[in-house]
Amino acid sequence: MRRFLERHWYAYAMVLPVVVVIAVLVLYPLAQGVFFTFTNINEANIANPVLDRPATYEGVGFKNYLNVLSGDSSYGAFWGTLLRTLIWTFGCVFFHYTIGLGLALLLNREVKGRTLYRVLLILPWAVPAFISAFAWKYMFNAQYGIINQLLRAVGLPDPVWLGQSDWALFAVIVVNVWLGVPFMMVALLGGLQSIPGDLYEAAEMDGATPWQRFRNVTLPGLRSVSSTVILLGIIWTFNMFPVIYLIAGPNPNTRILVTYAFERFFSGASRDYAIASTYGVLILSVLLVFATVYRRALRKQGEVW
Amino acid sequence: MTLDASSLQVVRATDRRLKRSDRSLAASIGLHAGLIIASLVAVFPVFWVLVTSFKPDARAVETSPKLFNESSLDNYTRILGGEKGAFLTWFGNSVLIALLTTVIAVFLSATTGYAASRFRFPGKRSLMMSFLVVQMFPFAVLIVPLYNILIALGLQGTSIGLVLVYCTTAVPFCTYMLKGYFDTIPTDIDEAGRVDGLSPFGVFWRLVMPLAKPGLAVTSFYAFLTAWGEVAFASAFLSAADDSKTLAVGLQVFVQQNRTEWGHLAAASILVAIPAVIVFYLVQRFLVTGLSSGAVKG
Repeated sequence: MRRFLERHWYAYAMVLPVVVVIAVLVLYPLAQGVFFTFTNINEANIANPVLDRPATYEGVGFKNYLNVLSGDSSYGAFWGTLLRTLIWTFGCVFFHYTIGLGLALLLNREVKGRTLYRVLLILPWAVPAFISAFAWKYMFNAQYGIINQLLRAVGLPDPVWLGQSDWALFAVIVVNVWLGVPFMMVALLGGLQSIPGDLYEAAEMDGATPWQRFRNVTLPGLRSVSSTVILLGIIWTFNMFPVIYLIAGPNPNTRILVTYAFERFFSGASRDYAIASTYGVLILSVLLVFATVYRRALRKQGEVW
Repeated sequence: MTLDASSLQVVRATDRRLKRSDRSLAASIGLHAGLIIASLVAVFPVFWVLVTSFKPDARAVETSPKLFNESSLDNYTRILGGEKGAFLTWFGNSVLIALLTTVIAVFLSATTGYAASRFRFPGKRSLMMSFLVVQMFPFAVLIVPLYNILIALGLQGTSIGLVLVYCTTAVPFCTYMLKGYFDTIPTDIDEAGRVDGLSPFGVFWRLVMPLAKPGLAVTSFYAFLTAWGEVAFASAFLSAADDSKTLAVGLQVFVQQNRTEWGHLAAASILVAIPAVIVFYLVQRFLVTGLSSGAVKG
């Protein structure tokens, strides 16, 4: 034991602060959150230190999970919401990645004004998300928003973007794509710059077409960056709450799992913490399963390249 | 001799192939067109907020778009003059919270990232895995337990409480990035430092940290933005008193139930965006190197 500590003490000393903070402020709340899912806790029966009121909630077993997983619409129509969350997540990440890769390829050429282009293209990342949300909400306004003014000017139909229709989902996806492309672009640009130039020269010597070079040099070279940023992108987008909440509000057409948990948490006098936590645990489970499958799939593919 | 010269020429020829001069005119035009269109899309919303910020509220909602419409600096003077809530106080609160978060989060993730990059210790793998898992749980749902803990620690309603909460969101990602960045710094440097009599902490602080500037710049940027633009925790954890609000919470005064004061909101947004853009401008030249090495090795 003593030798063990002697060998590792500085490593642990460096890690300790983070472990303590994470344990106190994440793992403990997480455990409490999981515990809440087996109770009927809400605003009316939670312990209230200000009013000096003790907790009166009680355990209800798996009832919350059964209610949510039944897909009942008074519990947020879980399966429909899950489907919408998947459309939202994969839609956003697909465009983040393809547009980000496209722009990274353009920026990786020798082109005049490259630094300026790069600064302008990263700008959406630098603006705080709630500001961007206001900006887009303003632009998407059905009457005076600039988007509809342009559409009217060229004679196209001008939908009510943020109303009770699937246009609202489309609109928030557009906003989130705008927000998320710079991160992907920067990460992929770094990846592109780390691919050795002689690989391209060798491919060119062998008579590879531009498409073949892209397919057989660029994509494999980006593989490890891509796999990381796509996994992170999916996790972040799945739980992306401010964009939807600030732009569309509690609109059932843009409802994803996280926004519903938040609605349950904050809306009305009831403040159903139990159902909100149940959603939280289900979100965590879906992502854990996904991450496990993803890593395994990557490991298998790794032998192909 | 002749052999050398000819091989040099081959090298130069292939080198030239990647240069601008060899690209056809059409390809150049296409390249610039693509970049210009993308830049316009990226900049336009911000530009439009800027244009709107000079218009009076009533002009901001007219159904024919104009660049200038009774534009003036009135919105700015009213906001900075405190007519629309204690804007400058909120601004100060936000700056304080964001800077504290940046310093604490970057320091903590640097030590953790360095330990994870250099030392093999039991529990390292599960530590890194737990950082990934931590990002999967929707933080909105942690608000009630966190609220209780902050009360128990006596930090509820204080800036420090909020800073700690922001650190929990920023540290996992920053640690990943910095570990990746430290991995690219050769360990020979550490060994040389140890031979010269530095402690492991001395090596970290005096040798490795200065070399990790790009990585530190990117993580600072990320941590700053995390705290600067956060809404949900700030509205839940700061006391309702007007002078303890951050900007993200305070700005809600412009969004009333039925009507939004778009002109004022736009002006306030520009004022909020300026510090973020300044921070961004300071770190942007490090972004590509700093972020990619983290993500590649992540």
